[in-house]
Amino acid sequence: MASITLKINNKEVSVDVDPKMPLLWVLRDVAGLTGTKYGCGISQCGACTVHLDGNPMRSCILPVSAAANKSITTIEGLSDDNSHPVQQAWITEQVPQCGYCQSGQIMAAAALIKRIPQPTDKDIDSAMQGHICRCGTYTRIRKAIKTASLISTQKASKG
Amino acid sequence: MKTSKQNISRRNFIKLSGLTGAAFTLGFYFPANAKEAKIIKADDASVLNVELNAWISIDTSGKVTIINHRSEMGQGSFQSVPQIIAEELEVDMNDINIVFAQGSQTKYGSQITGGSSTIRGSYQRLLKLSASAREMLIESAARQWKVEKTECYAERGHVIHKPSGKKLHYGALVEEASKLQPPAQVELKRPSDYKIIRKPLPRQDTPLKTNGTAIFGLDKKIPGMLYAVVERNPRFLGKVKSFDDAAAKAVPGVKHVIPVKMRVFSHDREGVAVVADNLWSAMQGRKALKVVWDDNGFEHHSTEQLYAKMNESFSTGKALSFKTKGDAGAAYATASKKLEAVYETPYESHSCMEPLNCIAHFKDNKLEIWGPIQGPDWVQKDVADLMGLKADDVTVNMTFLGGGFGRKAFLDYPHEAAVISKAINAPVQVVWSREDDMTQGPFRPGMVYQCRGVLDGTRMSSFETKVAGQNMGHQNPGANKKSYNSSITEGFLETYLDSIPNYSFSDVPLESPIPVMWWRSVYSSTNGFAFESFIDELAVAAAMDPLAFRRQHLWNGRYHDLINKLEEVSGWKSRSKNAGFGVAITECFNSIVGEVVKVSKATDGKIKIDKIWAVMDCGWYVNPDIVKAQVEGSIVMAHGAAVKHATHFKDGMAVERNFDSYKMSRINEIPEIEVHIMDNEEKAGGVGEPALPPFTAALTNAIFDLTGKRIRKVPFSLDQV
Repeated sequence: MASITLKINNKEVSVDVDPKMPLLWVLRDVAGLTGTKYGCGISQCGACTVHLDGNPMRSCILPVSAAANKSITTIEGLSDDNSHPVQQAWITEQVPQCGYCQSGQIMAAAALIKRIPQPTDKDIDSAMQGHICRCGTYTRIRKAIKTASLISTQKASKG
Repeated sequence: MKTSKQNISRRNFIKLSGLTGAAFTLGFYFPANAKEAKIIKADDASVLNVELNAWISIDTSGKVTIINHRSEMGQGSFQSVPQIIAEELEVDMNDINIVFAQGSQTKYGSQITGGSSTIRGSYQRLLKLSASAREMLIESAARQWKVEKTECYAERGHVIHKPSGKKLHYGALVEEASKLQPPAQVELKRPSDYKIIRKPLPRQDTPLKTNGTAIFGLDKKIPGMLYAVVERNPRFLGKVKSFDDAAAKAVPGVKHVIPVKMRVFSHDREGVAVVADNLWSAMQGRKALKVVWDDNGFEHHSTEQLYAKMNESFSTGKALSFKTKGDAGAAYATASKKLEAVYETPYESHSCMEPLNCIAHFKDNKLEIWGPIQGPDWVQKDVADLMGLKADDVTVNMTFLGGGFGRKAFLDYPHEAAVISKAINAPVQVVWSREDDMTQGPFRPGMVYQCRGVLDGTRMSSFETKVAGQNMGHQNPGANKKSYNSSITEGFLETYLDSIPNYSFSDVPLESPIPVMWWRSVYSSTNGFAFESFIDELAVAAAMDPLAFRRQHLWNGRYHDLINKLEEVSGWKSRSKNAGFGVAITECFNSIVGEVVKVSKATDGKIKIDKIWAVMDCGWYVNPDIVKAQVEGSIVMAHGAAVKHATHFKDGMAVERNFDSYKMSRINEIPEIEVHIMDNEEKAGGVGEPALPPFTAALTNAIFDLTGKRIRKVPFSLDQV
């Protein structure tokens, strides 16, 4: 056990856990942030994706010690009112079905449009193909990422 | 003056539905031996001593609360059920609050979310119930105003007196309306007058699923809850011989290590549970556990052995005949223009994105369960039986389901949670790892089809199918294993049979310890591939266009309408020579779906899927966007089973343990999917599953069209055609 200080969604949180415990379980079971999901535990499905210093990261295989002193953003921290362009686009395009994988999908998409504000189909494929959706919402995810790109461009031009 | 009994009843309803103050509650119940549900007020239900089915409550603020007695596993019941009610009740969607029902067979009747039944099984009742409530509210306003009821109408939660423009809010009318009797008959709107039904309104559960606030089973926590993971015998029917828990118990946080079992059809699956105060510790404890298994002779089962047995059984096994006309055997023996083909489909894992999990709290001979559950009423009854409790002493609470696809209608994981909770005398959440979820089953059964057909000119004069594979029903305790499988024609357009003089459908059941169960669209998910591939092969043998060949055998105009639509939207008639086009049409849970797949060769010579068109005829429907989403999702799931994944068995165990070997379809592999919905006067059919069965055959028929190569075994790799 070790005391580790984490910065989760802009708040400092101190946890006393096994340093090898994956960040996923610290977020879900210690910090009580259950929006980040367990899907495979081996970095194959993307359901556990969070941002670590702004980059998408699989929290299921990341020991919590590796996240110390880094800025962690979870789905709960993307926005608390569904106002992030990706969340808005997800609602506009009615992407989720069961919804279980969508936190991870949204975090990956948010990182993508931050890096590439107007992604091509190829950009979308390479950023999103690590994410499994068993309900099969892929065609809507593609559409929603393009919508999100439009929304954020409009927001930026409004200043 | 109402009796106290009636008041208690109303209070109960208010408590259950979270309403405040007085409320007007209308629901239905099933009188004994009646075919139709009867509409009744909550107060009268208690007088008659009957339990209400799903109901609508309106409180004095005008808020409407409805109980959703079905699961929400992605199919959209949280949106489509209120949309039905808002239409006939004349309220805004925003004024409807929907709550999950607890599992109760006596209260809600069947609650299983399966067979694509949420809407088709209840929409007529829901429409009638909502219209009855509206009429009672109008009646009570007319009485207050002392005007003719015919001069009044309802709109957006108000009753309006047309001549004077007077207006009363529903909330102000609930008390009076509660005193009236439901009308004997109500007139329902014509679909052309719908204002809410048929509109692609956004789902109310979407915002919860884009900000992480939707609570799935795995997110649910109750006070004092411990976490359990279970090391189960990896071989079906295997037992625990002994275990050494010393190292597991040494892991900080681990509280108990206990033997455990759960019911899987006629058998108990044995394992050892590690219970800890947090999930990570439980997982570490499980790794440290040493278990010696008694494999019970099941270590020899393999995929090769199973399929060899199925293929042999066509000549050696006893076929159980389900449906016959004429003499298909004689027709085949003497025919000059005939065809035989064998099709193979794999075992599959459900692999819901949310692995199985369940919370149970066993206390004072009562059991409460929370979890992602597709059949809460079944869980209530079956787990009660297994635990030696009365059904009334088992409460089953539903959460959102992170996928279901049939798997979460099974009782094993709630039973296991209950057994552990009872043993440790504490509330516990059992969490299955992805590997547990993928290797323990039950799986979709792999099936082999032997099809024989005879052509008379361009028409089918004989159609014969023998199916080899496990019969799901044969696994139940005391099942009659000589019974045929009446589901072996599922997916097939039975209208074909009217134009075929000789046919025969039979099955040769395979005995195997591998547990099998429903997988989205059930037997249709594999039947559709065999039937629609074989029809295509017959069309080719008849030298006919595959769409025209199908059309000439179908007398019913509904099928012609669908074929015409499919032909039009896919550009079938003007399809280019450089592309392969394939079609398949299946019928499942009272809906007909036709799909056309277009394939071409990429520059590297590999096959790529360019586009998929789907035409869904589900008759009456609620929300076109939800219908389209379900069609898209069904096609993607079918895509995975066609060209990506399968579960194999070796040494009596499932081989594929996680998504690194059970490869799922990814975003870059899914092309544009264009969905059309037929508008007609037919009754509602299923939506969640029927678009899955035609896809595989449409794809392999398209590949044949492009390459001349016939694919009869799935899954196959698009890269290796």
